[in-house]
Amino acid sequence: MFDALADRLESAWKKLRGQDKISESNIQEALREVRRALLEADANLQVVKDFVAEVQTKALGAEVIAGVNPAQQFIKIVYDELVAVMGEENAPLANVTTAPTIVLMAGLQGTGKTTATAKLALHLRKQDRSTLLVATDVYRPAAIDQLITLGKQIGVPVFEMGKDADPVEIARQGVEKAQADGIDTVIIDTAGRLQIDESMMAELAQIKNTVTPHEVLLVVDAMTGQEAANLTRTFHEQIGITGAILTKMDGDTRGGAALSVRQISGQPIKFIGVGEKVEALQPFYPDRMASRILGMGDVLTLVEKAQEEVDFAEAEKLQEKILTAKFDFTDFLKQTRLMKNMGSLAGIVKLLPGMGNKLSDEQLQQGEVQLKRSEAMINSMTQEERRNPDLLSGSPSRRRRIAKGSGYSLEDVSKLVSDFQKMRSLMQQMGQGQLPGMGMPGMGGMGGMFGAPSMGPGTPPPGWRGYNSPAPSKKKKKEKKKKGFGSL
Amino acid sequence: MDEAFLWSAEVLAAQGRLPEGVSIEEITWLKRLRQGLDKTRRSLVNQLRAIVGQGPLNQAGVTEIESLLLQADVGIDATDYIIEALQARLRQEALPPSEAIAYLKQILRDMLDKPLGDSHSLSFVPEKDMLNIWLITGVNGAGKTTTIGKIAHIAQKSGYRCLIAAADTFRAAAVQQVKVWGERSNVEVIANPGKNTDPAAVVFDAIIAAQARHAELLLVDTAGRLQNKKNLMDELSKIRRIIDKKAPGAIVESLLVLDSTLGQNGLRQAEVFSEVAKLSGVVLTKLDGTAKGGIALAVVQQLGLPIRFIGAGEGIEDLRPFSSYEFVEALLSG
Repeated sequence: MFDALADRLESAWKKLRGQDKISESNIQEALREVRRALLEADANLQVVKDFVAEVQTKALGAEVIAGVNPAQQFIKIVYDELVAVMGEENAPLANVTTAPTIVLMAGLQGTGKTTATAKLALHLRKQDRSTLLVATDVYRPAAIDQLITLGKQIGVPVFEMGKDADPVEIARQGVEKAQADGIDTVIIDTAGRLQIDESMMAELAQIKNTVTPHEVLLVVDAMTGQEAANLTRTFHEQIGITGAILTKMDGDTRGGAALSVRQISGQPIKFIGVGEKVEALQPFYPDRMASRILGMGDVLTLVEKAQEEVDFAEAEKLQEKILTAKFDFTDFLKQTRLMKNMGSLAGIVKLLPGMGNKLSDEQLQQGEVQLKRSEAMINSMTQEERRNPDLLSGSPSRRRRIAKGSGYSLEDVSKLVSDFQKMRSLMQQMGQGQLPGMGMPGMGGMGGMFGAPSMGPGTPPPGWRGYNSPAPSKKKKKEKKKKGFGSL
Repeated sequence: MDEAFLWSAEVLAAQGRLPEGVSIEEITWLKRLRQGLDKTRRSLVNQLRAIVGQGPLNQAGVTEIESLLLQADVGIDATDYIIEALQARLRQEALPPSEAIAYLKQILRDMLDKPLGDSHSLSFVPEKDMLNIWLITGVNGAGKTTTIGKIAHIAQKSGYRCLIAAADTFRAAAVQQVKVWGERSNVEVIANPGKNTDPAAVVFDAIIAAQARHAELLLVDTAGRLQNKKNLMDELSKIRRIIDKKAPGAIVESLLVLDSTLGQNGLRQAEVFSEVAKLSGVVLTKLDGTAKGGIALAVVQQLGLPIRFIGAGEGIEDLRPFSSYEFVEALLSG
């Protein structure tokens, strides 16, 4: 998501490496890089200027801590400042005691308001909050149809009065209906509008005055350039926003708009849209985002994703199996499917500390293909063979049959089997305590996923480039890993 | 006679247009374009005047202009290029602000016109009496469907036999949206009634239909896709392959729709789409806001793709052929 910005910042602090003190002179180059990196990331110029000035003040005033080199210290200062600018902690959606909570969506054309409306409804449904969607975009062709279709997909009612009605009236009646039906939250989708379009802005203000929403969310495309500051300022001044949703964060944009929106409006970013599916909405966590910007990975999100998907009783059984080297193809298949539920391999790896930039997209694609092949081959095995991989090691004819059944060559099958055996013996060593720190329930198989069968032995270990880990040794990596994986 | 009207007339006159040949529509449109770019225009010029007027640029001046261009979303590389060119000239002679700005305009215009080579012409139109296929691509929310609607309208008005292929089979109600545009301009839309059908199949059907009806322009609407989604980009390259295979004699234009509020990701978009869909040009949309559209300069400079159309407004007439002269005038005129 913010990979490219992370790269730039990395090159900035590379220049600080080997220096033993932060000084006015040696920090200039790094600050310039930070400035250019943030500008290239589309953060607003004024926001960047303030940010860089603040970082400079803090960096120069910083006490030199024994054992920490200036580069690490500088990174920590940038990180802390990023977190501060983006607002310290996650701000949840308003939830008033006397229902319904009224949410008004606003934004330019094409930012993803309608999609975000449906995503938000689904998000609330997961929290057992009932919702009603109100379709007031009477201007864009088929906008109402779009919301109705999405509503059907997620099983949430949509209130509409066709495209000849007055948006203000639709909003008013929609809220009335929600009250009558005892709905918990009503989300009003509005037409996209330019902040300089006076009549459209007046209409939005009127909707706001009529329904007095508890939450006005500005929907901003994460790819927006310098304009993000302008539009945030105008919407905030004329309508008054209480928060923002940053959409299309699954692209490869550097997302500097996040900084601008927060800094200009002073209002928190509450959610991010991370995909086209209706499930693809996540709460916004500034600290996690800052880690991500700095290329530290986002273990917390990964853990949360895992928690959503993993059945804990299953996981414990699995861990038991791993430790006693009874992990078989059935378990492997389960793990593969579990991973699939969590999203693409690429998406997961990006969340791993230090992995995001280490593996190219090409490698990840290959990994994914490899997983699919393995799955196909396992599907051609009998139940017995899956449970007892040793059967396969000893019988070329079984392997031949599997090759035929799955459409791959005998060599492919043999490789899968031998890789799997290697992985098992690795796991056994792990169980005997030779490789500590991999014991997170449910994720145990991941070492194997990234290891032998999926991507070959050449895969780099998930290294950590954190700011608070001074001793650069092999041992450190393991400790970090433990911290990340063990906090479940 | 307001100021904007006079300005529009001046721009057209400077292009060598005679008052008789200018329509009211053109003036209105230029006025709107100028309005959209108003903010950039003022800040850029005023600040450049203050800095450039003092002779050769000093370090502070360079930083300031760099910031100004960056703020217009021009991007770091294109900005460096512009600054260097300007500085080289200023090293030779100290220029007064008006001349310096004129030179800056020249630099910008040259950048924008370069991809067109010598065959510079303002009219970008489909070839008559043969099949032209225009593939319209872009990320989500860039304004592809709206652009299709507008192009279909212009084409129909100009007497082309036109067809639209509704190959956005993914987004909810996208087909309905393009159908509404089709009705507005009285152009038939080829769509597949099924849900989540293969867009390549729709394109296939549309090409067959276009050939059968001797259509002159087939506009292909595609689903918005982020350029880092490998599967979706593969799908797009399949569409492109089908076009090349099924209509080998057709003139194919592959246009990327870029939102002018976009930041530097626009460049990345152009890069990836260029590879997959063999882009031949860019359509710059939403220039009626306060967005600066500076990303256009970066795209043109780094990828050599010409800008073909500019969209400024939601009305069916609010799409015009791109002219670097108008664009730069609107961007920098005081």
